[in-house]
Amino acid sequence: MSKKQYWKGLEELNPSVQFQESVANEFREELPFEDISSIATAPTSRRDFLKYLGFTTAAATLAASCEMPVRKAIPYAIKPENVTPGVPLMFASTYVDGGETVPVLVRTREGRPIKIEGNTDSTLTQGATTARVQGSVLGLYDAARLKFPMIDGKEARWESVDKMVTDALATMNGGNVFLVTSSINSPSSLNAVSIFLQKYPGAKHVQYDAMSYSGMLDANLSSFGKRAIPAYRFDTAKVIVSIGADFLGTWISPEIYAKQYSKGRKVSAKNPVMSKHYQIEGMMSLTGGSADERYTCKPSQFGAVASGILNALNGGSANVSPTINKAITKIAADLNANKGAALVVCGSNDANVQILVNAINNAIGAYGTTISMAVNNNTKQGNDHDLNGFAEALKAGQASAVFFYDCNPAYDSRHAKTIADNLAKAKLSVSFNDRLDETTEKCKIAAPSHHWLESWGDAESHTGYLSLIQPTIAPLFKTRAWEESLLKWSGNNTSHYDFVKALWIARLGSQEAYDKALQKGIIEPETMPMAGATFAGNVADATSKIAAAKAGMEVVIYEKIGIGRGASWSNNPWLQEMPDPISKCTWDNYVIMSPNKARELKAEHTDLNEVEREKFVFTLKANGTSIDLPVLVLPGVHDDVVAVAVGYGRSKGVGRAADATDANNGTGKNVYPLLGADASGNTSYSTSVEVSNTGKKYPLAITQTHYNYHSDRPIVHEFTLKEFSSNPMELFNERKHHLEHFTHSWEGGAHGGHDEHKAGGEHEAHAPSGTPGATKTEEDWQEAYRVNGTLYPNHEALGLKWGMSIDVNACTGCGACTIACQAENNISVVGKKQVMLVHDMHWIRIDRYFSGDPKNPDSIQTLFQPMLCQHCDNAPCENVCPVNATNHSSEGINQMAYNRCIGTRYCANNCPYKVRRFNWRDWNEADCFADNKYEDGRRDDMNNDITRMVLNPDVTVRSRGVMEKCSFCVQRLQGAKATAKKEGRVLRDGEASTACMTACPTDAIVFGNVNDTESGIYKLRYEEQKERVFHVLEDIHTLPNINYLSKIRNADEVMSQPKEHHAEAAHAEEKHS
Amino acid sequence: MLRYLQRKLHDCKAHTLLLIFLLFSAFSLQAAPDGKALFGANCASCHNPIKDATGPALKGVSGRVPSKDWLYKWVKNSASVVNSGDKYATELYNKWNKTAMTAFPSLTNEEIDAIIKYVEDYKVPGGDPKSPTPEGKSAPSGSNTLLYAILSIILLIAVVVLTQVNKVLGRTRDEKIGVKSPKDVAFFRNKVVIALAAAIGLIGIGIWLSGGSEFGRQKNYMPEQPIFYSHKVHAGINQINCQYCHSGAEKSRHAMIPSVNVCMNCHKQINEYTGAETHPLVNLEGETINGTEEIKKLYDYAGWDPATKSYKRDTKTGEIITKPVEWVKIHNLPDHVYFNHSLHVVSGKLACQRCHGGVQEMDEVYQFADLSMGWCVNCHRETKVQFADNDYYSIYKKYHEEIKEGKRTDVKVSEIGGLECQKCHY
Repeated sequence: MSKKQYWKGLEELNPSVQFQESVANEFREELPFEDISSIATAPTSRRDFLKYLGFTTAAATLAASCEMPVRKAIPYAIKPENVTPGVPLMFASTYVDGGETVPVLVRTREGRPIKIEGNTDSTLTQGATTARVQGSVLGLYDAARLKFPMIDGKEARWESVDKMVTDALATMNGGNVFLVTSSINSPSSLNAVSIFLQKYPGAKHVQYDAMSYSGMLDANLSSFGKRAIPAYRFDTAKVIVSIGADFLGTWISPEIYAKQYSKGRKVSAKNPVMSKHYQIEGMMSLTGGSADERYTCKPSQFGAVASGILNALNGGSANVSPTINKAITKIAADLNANKGAALVVCGSNDANVQILVNAINNAIGAYGTTISMAVNNNTKQGNDHDLNGFAEALKAGQASAVFFYDCNPAYDSRHAKTIADNLAKAKLSVSFNDRLDETTEKCKIAAPSHHWLESWGDAESHTGYLSLIQPTIAPLFKTRAWEESLLKWSGNNTSHYDFVKALWIARLGSQEAYDKALQKGIIEPETMPMAGATFAGNVADATSKIAAAKAGMEVVIYEKIGIGRGASWSNNPWLQEMPDPISKCTWDNYVIMSPNKARELKAEHTDLNEVEREKFVFTLKANGTSIDLPVLVLPGVHDDVVAVAVGYGRSKGVGRAADATDANNGTGKNVYPLLGADASGNTSYSTSVEVSNTGKKYPLAITQTHYNYHSDRPIVHEFTLKEFSSNPMELFNERKHHLEHFTHSWEGGAHGGHDEHKAGGEHEAHAPSGTPGATKTEEDWQEAYRVNGTLYPNHEALGLKWGMSIDVNACTGCGACTIACQAENNISVVGKKQVMLVHDMHWIRIDRYFSGDPKNPDSIQTLFQPMLCQHCDNAPCENVCPVNATNHSSEGINQMAYNRCIGTRYCANNCPYKVRRFNWRDWNEADCFADNKYEDGRRDDMNNDITRMVLNPDVTVRSRGVMEKCSFCVQRLQGAKATAKKEGRVLRDGEASTACMTACPTDAIVFGNVNDTESGIYKLRYEEQKERVFHVLEDIHTLPNINYLSKIRNADEVMSQPKEHHAEAAHAEEKHS
Repeated sequence: MLRYLQRKLHDCKAHTLLLIFLLFSAFSLQAAPDGKALFGANCASCHNPIKDATGPALKGVSGRVPSKDWLYKWVKNSASVVNSGDKYATELYNKWNKTAMTAFPSLTNEEIDAIIKYVEDYKVPGGDPKSPTPEGKSAPSGSNTLLYAILSIILLIAVVVLTQVNKVLGRTRDEKIGVKSPKDVAFFRNKVVIALAAAIGLIGIGIWLSGGSEFGRQKNYMPEQPIFYSHKVHAGINQINCQYCHSGAEKSRHAMIPSVNVCMNCHKQINEYTGAETHPLVNLEGETINGTEEIKKLYDYAGWDPATKSYKRDTKTGEIITKPVEWVKIHNLPDHVYFNHSLHVVSGKLACQRCHGGVQEMDEVYQFADLSMGWCVNCHRETKVQFADNDYYSIYKKYHEEIKEGKRTDVKVSEIGGLECQKCHY
C-alpha cells in the first residue's frame, strides 16, 4: 500500500517542541494547586489537613442524618389522551429557515420537543439532516427570543399593535408598502401574502437571500425563460464538476445534495465504481474536502474557468493558468466521455458565469438527466434587484410602510447601513423576527412570529414536493404567526391554523386526508419528473461581459456550516461551539489564509506553529470598509485568496452568545459590509481586498490540536480507485501481515495439545477452539488475533453485540452527527475560554486530515474521520479505573457509570483514541452544591429554566469531576430493546440506532447487532465491505467495536509523502531518548 | 444512632406486614374464576352491586336481562348489541346517557357467570355482623426505645458502681485478713477493657458505615398527603385493578399518578364514603378521617360541582377550572437511576406488590422496600427471566441449548446482563 503522511495541521507536519508537548500531555494546564515545592512550607500542614479531613467527614455524617427533602409528584390535572409521561411522541413536521426546507420528525417528551430526526419517507432528503437542523431545537428555547409584541421598544398588547398597524395602513392609502422576506416557499404563507397585497395595492413583496442566488436565477431566466433553480441529481452524475459551489455544505439544498452525492461514493470490491468529483475553488470548502481532484484559483477567474471548460468541450483551449488549463482539458475529456451522466455547478452569483455553466450543462446533456427542469427548487428565490430597489426607495423616503419577516437586511445585506440609517423615514416599520436583531431594533413595531416548532404551516421546497408543519409545543411566548398578523391587518380574522387547514382541506379533499398527510408529513411524487429544456442563453454576450481576472488579493465571503447567514444561529451555543469542519475553529470568525501568504505577510508564529492560541490580527480593506480579524493559516487555500465567514459580529439583542458589542469578549466581526455588487446589481461574494498586519494578537479557540494521537501505522487508509479495483485485498492482506504475530497463543507451550499447530511456524494462526486441522481462513486469523493476542479474558457477547461501521469515503465532515449527539446526550457547551483549555465536551469529533504539500494548495487532499469512543473489547481505560466506574457490558459497550466516577482521569490518560471528556466544571448546575456553577457570559443562557427544557430526560446531566464519553446512545438501545421485549419478539435490525447514525446525511455510519448475521452491520463488515474494513490503532489490540472503511479516492494518485524515513527518524529518536 | 434503631424497629414492622401480606395473598389463590376479584378488576370502576354508579347497579341483573346469552354478548361487546337494534339494549343505552359500556371480549362465559354469582350473592358489608374484620390492621406502634435506652444506661451505671464497690470491699477484706492483693492494672492496660473498647469501636464503625450507606434511603417513609386517599379502600376493599389508575405501569418507565379526571370517572357518582362503619379511616396520629370530606377535596381540585353535577368552566375559554393534586412523592430514585416500570410489569411479569408491598392493605401508603441498589441487584440475581415464552430471548442460543441439554433449568436476570452498570445508569 502507498505510504503517506496525514496531518491535521501544519504543526503536525512540522512538529515544534510545543506541539510535541501538547500531544504528549492531553491535560496540558497546571492543576489549580499551589506549587508542589511549597507543600513542605505550606500554611496548611499535614496534621491540619488530617484535622480538616476528620472534621469534614464528621460534618458529612451529620449532614447525612438530616431529613430528606419532601419531593412532590404532580400529575396532569387533565391528562392529554395521547401523552404518556416517559414515552416519547414523534411528530412529522418541517424545518424551515430562510427558504431552506427539511422534512423532519420531532421527538417530544411530556409535550416538549427535545430532538429532531430527518423524515426518511421523503424521497428528496431521505432522512438527511444538517447541523443546523439538529441545532434548531435549541433555538426554540433561546432566551433571547422576543416574549411579547413591542411598540417603540416597550411591551404592547396584540390588540394595540393591530390597531396601530391598521390605522397607519389606512391613512397611507395605497402608499408604497414593502413586505421584505427571505425566500418563501410555503403555499399558505404565499396565500396570506397575496391577500395582504390585494388589500394594499401599493404593496410589494421583496424576497432576498442573505447568501444570494440572484445571479443564477437571472441566468436561468435568460437561458430558459424561467427564473427558477432546477432540481439537481448528483446521484445520477458520474462526473461532478463544481466551480466554487459548496454543494455539500452550504449551497442551495446541501442535505439533499449530500444524500444524492453519497450514492455515488459507496464503493465496494464487487462494485468498484464511483463518481468523479472535480472541485475548483478559491478557499478550502467542505465540498473541496471531499473532492477527488481539487484545483484552486481566484474567484474572479471562475468565469474564465467556465468559458475554458466550454471551449475545451468543443476541442478549444482554456486560458486561466497552466495548472488549471491542464485540469480543464482533463475535466472536458471526462465530461465528454460521460455525456448524460455529468453535472457542472457553480457557486458564483454572477449571471454571466452562470449562463456559461448552463451552456456547459447543455453541451454535456445534463438537462433532463442530471438536472430536472420539470421541478423547481423553491428554497432560494431572492432577487437582489428588488432589494436594491427597496433600499433606494427607503433612502428616498418613498417607503411609507415596511414589514420584515425572517430576514435582517440591516445586518445581512449589502445595503445594511442604508437600511439601518433610513428605516426611521418609513412611517410604519414592523418586524416579525423572533428577536431584537439589527433590523427589529430599528423598527417601530416588533410583532414576533412563532418558531417553526410552535407553528402550523407548509412548505413546497421543490415543485410538487410538499411538506407540512405542525406544532409540537404550544407557543412558549406571546408570539403570533406572521401570516395571522398579515391576515388580520388585511381585515381577515381567520386564525392561522384555520387558514392553513382550509387550504389543505380544499387541496386534499377532506379533513381525514389532511390528518393523514400531517401524520406522514409529506406529499411527494413517487419519482422525480425529469425534463430537459432548450437552452437559449447568449453565450457570446455572457463571455464578453465577464470581467477580467483581477490582480492582487481577493476575499471570499462565505457561510459557515454552523452559523450560516447569521439569523438566530449566531446565538445558538451548540453551533457556536461546533468546530468548523475545515478550520476546526469555534466561537469566532477569522481570516483564512494560505501558508505561503502567511509566511510572506509574517502572519505565522515560529515555524507555522498552530499550537499558539494568539493569532495575528489583520486588517481587510475592501469596498471602502476595513475590518480587523485574526488570521488562521490553512493549507489548500489559493495564495492570493483570503476568506471570511458571515454571521458574526452581532448586536446585543441577538443574544448573549452572539453579542459582539463587548470588545473583550465579543463573538467575531460582521463582514457583510465587505460585500460588493457586479454591474447588473447582483451581490458579489468575492472582491479585491487589501490585507495588512496590525501586529496585534487575538486568541482563537481552535480544536485542531486537541486530542492528538499517533501510531507507527496509519490511522486512516487510503487508496486510489484504480489501486482498489485492481487489488481490493491489499488492505486486508496488509492488516493480516501486521497483526499475525498476535495470533499465536500467549500461553506458549502450556497447551501441549497445540504443538502440532506450532510446528507450522511462528505466524501460525490458531483457531480459538484449537480444533485440529483448522484451515487458515480469513475468519480464523481474525478470531485467533482476538483471543490469543491478549492476557485478558475474551468478552463473550451471548445475546447482542453492538457494532458500528464508519465509511470514511462517505463522510463529508458536515458535523450533523456532532450536534445530533449533543442534543441527544445533553452534552455541555463550555464556552470559548474553556475550549482553549481543551475542555470541550463533544463525544464525537471529526478529525480532519490533510495530505499533500502545504506549499502547493492544489496538492492538498482532505479526509474526515469521525472519532468517538471505540468501545474496545480490550479497553485500556477499563483496566486503570481505580473504582471500576468504567467497565464492559455483555453487549460490547464500554460503559461509564457517572456516579461511581471519582474523577482520577486515569482512563482518559490511558485512552489511545483520546475520546474521553472530563467535566472540569459544573457546566449545568447539575452539582448538589450551590454556587458551584461555571459562568461565562457567552454560554450562560444554556442554564436558564427555558433552555434547560431541551435536555433529554433519559440521560443524566453530568456534574463536575465526572468523566464522560460516547455511550453508543445506550438510552436509545435500551428503549428499542424494551419495546421488543414487551412485544415478545426479536429486536429487528435498524430498530436500535444511534443519534449520529440517524443524523448522518450520507449514511456513512451504520450501526447494529453484529451477532445477527442478517443485520446490515454484519453484512457490511463480513461480506460486502470486508476488504475495506480496518480498525484504528489495531496493532495495540484494543479490539474496537467500531470499524472504519478505507477511503477510496477517484484520483490518479493519493497525495502523500513517503513515510518510511519519518518513521525511521522517529524510531531513531526513540532509541536515543 | 437513635435514627438507626428506629429504622431497624420499622424494619420489623415491615416484616410482619410482609408476612401478613403473604398470608393474605395465599388466600386469594384459587383455581375457579373468582367472581369478587374479576368484579374488582373489570367492573368495579363503573358498577356497584347495589347502587347506580357510572353504570347501573348490578344486583338482580340476571333477572332483568332478556337471556343469559344476551348478557354474555352484552358484556363482551355492548356496542354491537346496541347496533344490532336490540330493543332492550337500545333502551338501556339511551337511559344511561348513551354511555357505551367498555367491551370485555377476553372474559369467558364462566368468568361472567362467576361475576354475576358474586353480584347476586352480594350483601351490604355493614349489614352482616358476622363479616370478618379486615386482616393486617396494624395499630401505629409507639416507640419504647427511649425508655429502654434510659433503663439500659441506669443498669449499666449500676453494674459499674456495683463492680467498683465489690472491688473496694474485696480489697479491704483482703487487707484485713492479710492477703496480698494482686497489683492494680491501670484500666487502659486492662486487656478486657481494651478488647471491649475495640469491640464497641468496631461495632460503632460498622453501624456508622451501614448508616452512611443508607443515606438518602426512605424505607417506611409515610408522608401526609393532600388528600387522605386510601389504597385499601380502592385497591383492597373495592378491588380496583392497580393499572386502572396507574396506567403508565405497562407502557412507560413511569407508573404515573392518575390525573384528577381519572378519579372523576368514578367519583362523579361516588360522592360519599359509606364504609366508615366497616372500615373507619384512621390516620397515623389516630384521628378519624371523614372520607366524604376527602372526596369533596377531590371535587375542589377537579372543579366539579356536586350540586349541579357539572364542571365549573372558565366563562371565556370554556375550559374546566381545575388544578392538579400535589401529592408527596414516596418512592424516590436518584436522578442517575433509570427504572422502567413497563419492563418489570410486562416482560418481567412482576406483581406490583413485589416492590411496593401490600398496598391494597395500606390506608396511607408507605415505602415498602428500601429501593437501594443492593436490593435491586439482589432481585436481579435471584429472579428468573421469562425465558421460554418471550421470543426476544431466542437470540441467547447458548442458554437455550443448555436448557435443552438439561445443563440448566433457568436463566437469571444477572445472566443476561442484568447487573451491568448501563442497564440502569446512563
